[in-house]
Amino acid sequence: MSDGATEILVRGARVLGAEPADLLLRDAAVADVGPRLDAPGALVIEADGLVALPGLVDLHTHLREPGREDAETVSTGTRAAAAGGFTAVHAMANTDPVADTAGVVEQVWRLGAEAGHCDVHPVGAVSVGLEGVRLAELGAMADSAARVRVFSDDGHCVSDAVLMRRALEYVKAFDGVVAQHAQEPGLTAGAQMNEGELSGRLGLAGWPAVAEEAIIARDCLLAAHVGSRLHVCHVSTAGSVEIIRWAKSKGWDVTAEVTPHHLLLTDQLAESYDPLFKVNPPLRTKADVEAVREGLADGTIDAVATDHAPHPVEDKECEWAAAAFGMLGLDTALSVVQEAMVETGLLDWAGVADRMAGRPARIGRVGDQGRPLAVGEPANLVLVDPAARRTIRPGQSASLSRNTPYAGTELPGRVISTVLRGRPTVLDGELV
Amino acid sequence: MKRHLLSAGDLSRDDAVRVLDTAVELLALSDRPIKKLPTLRGRTVVNLFFEDSTRTRISFEAAAKRLSADVITFSAKGSSVSKGESLKDTALTLQAMGADAVIVRHQSSGAPHRLASAGWIDGSVINAGDGTHEHPTQALLDAFTLRRHLAGDTGDLEGRRVTIVGDVLHSRVARSNALLLSTLGAEVTLVAPPTLLPVGVGSWPVEYTYALDPALAKADAVMMLRVQRERGGGGGFFPSSREYSRRYGMDARRMSLLPDHALVLHPGPMNRGVEISAEVADSARSVIVEQVTNGVAVRMAVLYLLLSGEGTTR
Amino acid sequence: MPPAAAGTSSSDISGSPDPLRASRSRVVLDDHDMGRALTRIAHEVLERNRGSDGLVLLGIPTRGVPLARRIAERIGSIESHPVPVGSLDVTMYRDDLRLHPARTLEHTDVPPEGVDDKTVVLVDDVLFSGRTVRSALDALHDLGRPRAVRLAVLVDRGHRELPVRADFVGKNLPTSLLEQVHVEVAEVDGRDAVRIEGPVEPAAAAPAVPAADQQGEGSR
Repeated sequence: MSDGATEILVRGARVLGAEPADLLLRDAAVADVGPRLDAPGALVIEADGLVALPGLVDLHTHLREPGREDAETVSTGTRAAAAGGFTAVHAMANTDPVADTAGVVEQVWRLGAEAGHCDVHPVGAVSVGLEGVRLAELGAMADSAARVRVFSDDGHCVSDAVLMRRALEYVKAFDGVVAQHAQEPGLTAGAQMNEGELSGRLGLAGWPAVAEEAIIARDCLLAAHVGSRLHVCHVSTAGSVEIIRWAKSKGWDVTAEVTPHHLLLTDQLAESYDPLFKVNPPLRTKADVEAVREGLADGTIDAVATDHAPHPVEDKECEWAAAAFGMLGLDTALSVVQEAMVETGLLDWAGVADRMAGRPARIGRVGDQGRPLAVGEPANLVLVDPAARRTIRPGQSASLSRNTPYAGTELPGRVISTVLRGRPTVLDGELV
Repeated sequence: MKRHLLSAGDLSRDDAVRVLDTAVELLALSDRPIKKLPTLRGRTVVNLFFEDSTRTRISFEAAAKRLSADVITFSAKGSSVSKGESLKDTALTLQAMGADAVIVRHQSSGAPHRLASAGWIDGSVINAGDGTHEHPTQALLDAFTLRRHLAGDTGDLEGRRVTIVGDVLHSRVARSNALLLSTLGAEVTLVAPPTLLPVGVGSWPVEYTYALDPALAKADAVMMLRVQRERGGGGGFFPSSREYSRRYGMDARRMSLLPDHALVLHPGPMNRGVEISAEVADSARSVIVEQVTNGVAVRMAVLYLLLSGEGTTR
Repeated sequence: MPPAAAGTSSSDISGSPDPLRASRSRVVLDDHDMGRALTRIAHEVLERNRGSDGLVLLGIPTRGVPLARRIAERIGSIESHPVPVGSLDVTMYRDDLRLHPARTLEHTDVPPEGVDDKTVVLVDDVLFSGRTVRSALDALHDLGRPRAVRLAVLVDRGHRELPVRADFVGKNLPTSLLEQVHVEVAEVDGRDAVRIEGPVEPAAAAPAVPAADQQGEGSR
């Protein structure tokens, strides 16, 4: 309906949760902000009671294309992103073929642009084939049309200290960042769930917190040593938060993300042996959940990143050890953050905008995203109804996959509209 | 009693005693001319074994057949399972056959739990050993054997001291025994090198220690767990089988430290010369062979108690 | 897992202080009546068997077992030598196992003489539908091959569902299906008595309970 409309008037939205104001969007930018704006002919979005945030930016999405189009495609994944209020996602490199060449990252980038539901910024692999042996052509990916700035072997840890050092050094040439999946491989061989009392009781091989923390500590020291940027993916333990807090206190250029599920769910869910709760890094203890919430609140953790990991039904409808790691996250991220951070008083809506749009955009060096909702800025925004409550149904997701851990759970908040550069991708809660 | 037997923790003390008391009556059957009861006539019991375990499979088969059930044995080897069929599809096949009970042995912890809770089948699920999780019927037969020798057939294990020695970390037998024997009021002590005790063992309802000798003098029974040789050396859990056997093996000297009445148990199969010396395995204290006989009676009791009266609950 | 049995056990009811319930219950055999009935059964068994040769008495748990012992004692004192007595649990042979929560097994105890070529007298407290006796015949069949099997019951209350007839009956007790017969024996219940319990207003009472549900111990 709206592709023809060049002007959108958002009426009465609470920008970052403040007092209601009108927003006039024109030519992909914010043209005016103020009370009672008038714009004859504009598409009017009534936003009474809705909170307006900059369009969300995800640093960690698995779109599965190319290679696993049975789990997700760029098109379906970005539809799920738009439905969740995102206007940009970073597509992880563990596709088949791996996104370790300019050709693959450009293909993903082009598929994203063609689908048009949100911006897709491919993440480049650090090492060839994610094998952790030799550096991929990071420069070629940076110089490609995809303009890659974030590099990660996600799913695999760059465990070799020399390779990690070289990667950190090398990306300085184009202002890149290495996003590390921190998992010491020897300590986590065959690991299935958080190592603790429950793993011992359930007889599932443990994934100890120290395997994450040891790598984070090493990487912080390496990043400081070579003067480069380190980003820590999906921080899950209290110890990790402590180490990152310490690294930041030294003035080192270290950033970190936490997933929505690590903000809400605990390892106790594994007691059901339902692989929907199998994820890497694993769900941790209640104390860890409290620590990552606190870290996100005080800024030690910079961003919420979904680690949206779609899997076909057969990879989850099986015994725990045979199941794939990972859970959906794009559709539910904002609701989970509202539940875990806003309703607990840990973050206000301005804080949510900072952790889910502003900072992730800056970490990814995405200049036209995560900007304030002010005159002259890009018209990327999401309108959320914080008073709504909804029960999560796996079939409702725009994702091709159904592996949400929140099935049957009631969560607060609902995305009503998403606007990408002045063009609605979601209106009245429906994908455009 | 619950509809499934997935963990020894599913059994209340009354449930556990009921199984053991029922098994006492059923054991007498082995002395009768006809060792068969018509109880489960027309019912279908499926033995679903994804992992080789001849002794457990035969024990369950004998138990089901003595209760006149129709027994179907489904071994993963050479079947569609080894060709990549999923647990779910196997389960749906069993459901289509009308299985009243599925006895499942699986290399993955929690697989019986999945079978019972995923809604693929209606029958009762009995865990016959899953990964490094549990093996509840083994614990029941161990408790049955202990009770016979230490407390008389229908006596009480309250306050009896049972020491479980060895690879607790990887042992489903140890997990189930720790739970069941504690439920029955026994005092359980786990003895293992620290590398073979699970993280969080401190919250189990048991004591644990790293030294075997001091734990022997007060033990009413010692249960030796199988230790796979490959855990040692390159496996990294202990330096060598020889060192393990010196520090944690049950030999004649250690046997002499036990009280006169104390028993030696082993869930089998034994690694003679590693966790148990031949002299101990073949001694009068050893009830290892009797454990096999008792296993059939205990499994009959479990099948009878789980499968009776299902007309009232379905 | 309560031990099954739709009918309440006698001991529960005899201890009931509820005056209404007590008023609905009447004693039809007291301890003296029971003693005489058992003595008569003992004589009839001997007469029918022409002595105690080859006799084995097997009580059906719970209350059939003490009754069998008492009959055996009487026969023993008449004949001046003991007659073998034991118990025969029929639980695993019942035809209604799927309809009830699992029942606790009772003890089967066959005298060392065995049952092959013997005249086995099964002893139970109440003969009702006949299903328990059917189960007992199957159970006995698996223990061996008796020369003959006879049935002794303290009370025959009628309402048979199978072609079963008792050889020795302490008392025939015509009853309504709405009534319950409770046998109490001192070894189990602390006193000897047979009581009938029924609704105050039989016509308005609850719908008839299927007889198969009334196989509970002691209350038939």
